[in-house]
Amino acid sequence: MANVMVIYAHPGQRFSHAGRVMAQAARGVDGLTFVDLYDEYPRHDIDVAQEQERLLAHDVIVFQFPLYWYSTPSLLKEWQDLVLQYGFAYGSEGKALAGKTMALAITTGGPEDAYAPGGYNNHELRAFLMPLQQTAALCQMHFTDPFVLYGALAAQKNPELAKTHAAAYARFLTAIRDDTAALKDTGGVRKAEDYPAQTKAQA
Amino acid sequence: MTDFLVLAFIFLLAGVISVPIATRLGLGSVLGYLIAGILIGPLLSALGVDVISIQHFAEFGVVMMLFLVGLELEPKMLWAMRSKLLGLGGLQVVATALLVAAGAMALGQPWTIALAIGMVLSLSSTAIVLQSLNEKGLMRSDGGQSSFSVLLFQDIAVIPMLAFIPLLAMPELMDMGADLAHGEAGRGGDGHGDGHSDDGHGMSISLVDGLGGWQRALVTFAAIGLVIVAGNYLTRPVFRFIAMAGLRELFVATALLFVVGIALLMTAVGLSPALGTFLAGVVLATSEYRHELESDIDPFRGLLLGLFFITVGAAIDFELLLGSVWTVLGLTVGLVALKALVLLALAIIFKVQGADRWLFALALAQAGEFGFVLLSFTTANQVIPQSVADILLLVVALSMLVTPLLFILYERVIAPKYAEAQQQEADEIDEPGDIIIAGHGRLGGIVNRMLRAAGFTPTVLDFSASQLDMLRPFGFKIFFGDATRADLLHAAGIERAKLLIIAIDGKDDINRLVHYMRQHHPEVPIIARAVDRQHVYDLYAAGVREIIRETFDSAVRMGRTAYETLGMHAFEAELLARKFAEDDRHILRVMAELYDPEIPVGENKAYVEKSKELMEEREAQIFGKGDAFAVKKNTGWLPPGRKAEE
Repeated sequence: MANVMVIYAHPGQRFSHAGRVMAQAARGVDGLTFVDLYDEYPRHDIDVAQEQERLLAHDVIVFQFPLYWYSTPSLLKEWQDLVLQYGFAYGSEGKALAGKTMALAITTGGPEDAYAPGGYNNHELRAFLMPLQQTAALCQMHFTDPFVLYGALAAQKNPELAKTHAAAYARFLTAIRDDTAALKDTGGVRKAEDYPAQTKAQA
Repeated sequence: MTDFLVLAFIFLLAGVISVPIATRLGLGSVLGYLIAGILIGPLLSALGVDVISIQHFAEFGVVMMLFLVGLELEPKMLWAMRSKLLGLGGLQVVATALLVAAGAMALGQPWTIALAIGMVLSLSSTAIVLQSLNEKGLMRSDGGQSSFSVLLFQDIAVIPMLAFIPLLAMPELMDMGADLAHGEAGRGGDGHGDGHSDDGHGMSISLVDGLGGWQRALVTFAAIGLVIVAGNYLTRPVFRFIAMAGLRELFVATALLFVVGIALLMTAVGLSPALGTFLAGVVLATSEYRHELESDIDPFRGLLLGLFFITVGAAIDFELLLGSVWTVLGLTVGLVALKALVLLALAIIFKVQGADRWLFALALAQAGEFGFVLLSFTTANQVIPQSVADILLLVVALSMLVTPLLFILYERVIAPKYAEAQQQEADEIDEPGDIIIAGHGRLGGIVNRMLRAAGFTPTVLDFSASQLDMLRPFGFKIFFGDATRADLLHAAGIERAKLLIIAIDGKDDINRLVHYMRQHHPEVPIIARAVDRQHVYDLYAAGVREIIRETFDSAVRMGRTAYETLGMHAFEAELLARKFAEDDRHILRVMAELYDPEIPVGENKAYVEKSKELMEEREAQIFGKGDAFAVKKNTGWLPPGRKAEE
């Protein structure tokens, strides 16, 4: 059993069907800490000590967020700026996070084919996640292939799609909790189809 | 009664006419009063007025001035001045006295008379110098502080001089000298010739008559101790008791009682009353009633000093002056030059720099009111013959008359030369600007705490004695008084203020304070408390732009908490609350522009039109959607292709 914490950062939750459904699914996974960052810090007044304490108490940290301008929403960026302090997360004395795992659960507005050379975003999605990957590296954390929902806008109009994705997300988190997810970094991404619904027999 | 009124009328009229003219011409108020005195001098002598006894009475202004100076000076500042006080002051008195005495001997006076003259003329005029320094804002400068140190020492030096002068009396009186030295305080007034300490005439009390040396010392120290102890422990309960009555004049009466009482006590033990009240002032410098005392005493000080200057002018004996005009003029010029040279030398030794050196030398170059006192004392003791004393009286008066001119010389000629160098220094020693918080209730208290937390030390004015009691244990710097009173604001240093925070209760008081500030100190930024919406309009019309409604922010927070409690996402609630506040402020600003205090709201067309328009807009939102602000809320976080109305 791994201690899992999902840090969810979404400032426009009333507009985001996919984000909402995914958050709901994550909350439904037993034995997992779920933090709605914008609900906890609506005025961006992050309690650094509390956040660091929570980090220490967990083995896997999952950042769930919509990709805004190829990056995290601002509060999650501020969270990184403040919580991942020198001497805590990095530096010669900063080994508090060493050995832990950083996982990402990302929704993108653009479709999958936009994230490729020749697509309108010109690069693979992983290229835009490099800052987070390096953050993990500097903190001596393991980085793992992110769990991605491309074209989240389509999910807005297709509730089934969001529902399917959210269920797979819950299975992904459960697998992390139960140490059955292979948390490797292959340079690629994870998608809903990698976590198909299990048959009763398997369960 | 009529006599008194006629006299008061003459003095007041002379002052009221000549002082504004002198000030306008840049001559300063002191010269204005002196000229007024010279002008009414003949009239007074025609009426048979005893100018000198009025002068003795008016000298009480000096006592009050020293009390006020003491209030400005905290004990630790006084302690920091000790080397200047003793070094500068001591050397000035001794060197000047000896040099003047040498000069007098050169002019053919016997050494006893010459030494007495030296002592008389070594003293400077506290009244003129402090008044001029204050008026020109030079009190805090290095030159001003040095001058003050010397004046304070001179004040102390008068006491041993009073003891010493009778010893210089004619040989046949020598044997009486020892008795006279201390017995003087007990002598009743003999009009003009009367002269022990500076307010001594009429009835007087002595606690030290007939006591031996050590007993006298004991009584004296006990009196000083009494002033210190009573100042520290007794004033607070007394003033609180007085404050409960809520009568302004009672406070003034108490303050006067206080000063007069100390002066009496000091006279009774043979000390200078000015010194005693100065000491009391220092003791009270850290009291929260300081500014109140200051503003209560200040008008009396001003009037009495004015009266004093007038009497100096009026007492100049022009007949005698014309009779020996060259002697008197020569002696005056010689005296001023000699004193200035001694001061200049001391300034160099004590490293007083630049323009301050000249300020110090020129400011103290006159003889002073203590000179008058000592002169009458010396003639009474037959140390100096009356004919010499009369000439010296003229020299003292003339040298005082010259002083304002020397100040003008300093201001117009010397200071500008050093102005550039000083400018650079001023930047460095720029003391943190004063912040005044009017009202220390639920609002001002929090503002005070916030400012203190950030390292500022605001001056707080509050009218509630119970508030003060509650807060004293926390070590706040709070002063008792009604913040809407101009004199109290002045005492708190409104001229130097960087910011005035108006946190007092009550529309009318707030408005009064704001209007006063806009009229007299428009350069001081104001943050004002508004009681309600209408009050915001009033304050806006009065020119205030930083207007804080006293309950608005808490109301918005309450609404936001309601949103959250009803299940709204906290960030959503935050955005909505922000939007609401922004909307409300916008409307307020628009309406404030249209509001005109001169026109009743009902007749203000533009105002009525706009408020109708805004009301309709608001209603359409509310009845149309039930989501008035969300509609206009930002479109941030909105996915591409969607509209906010969805």
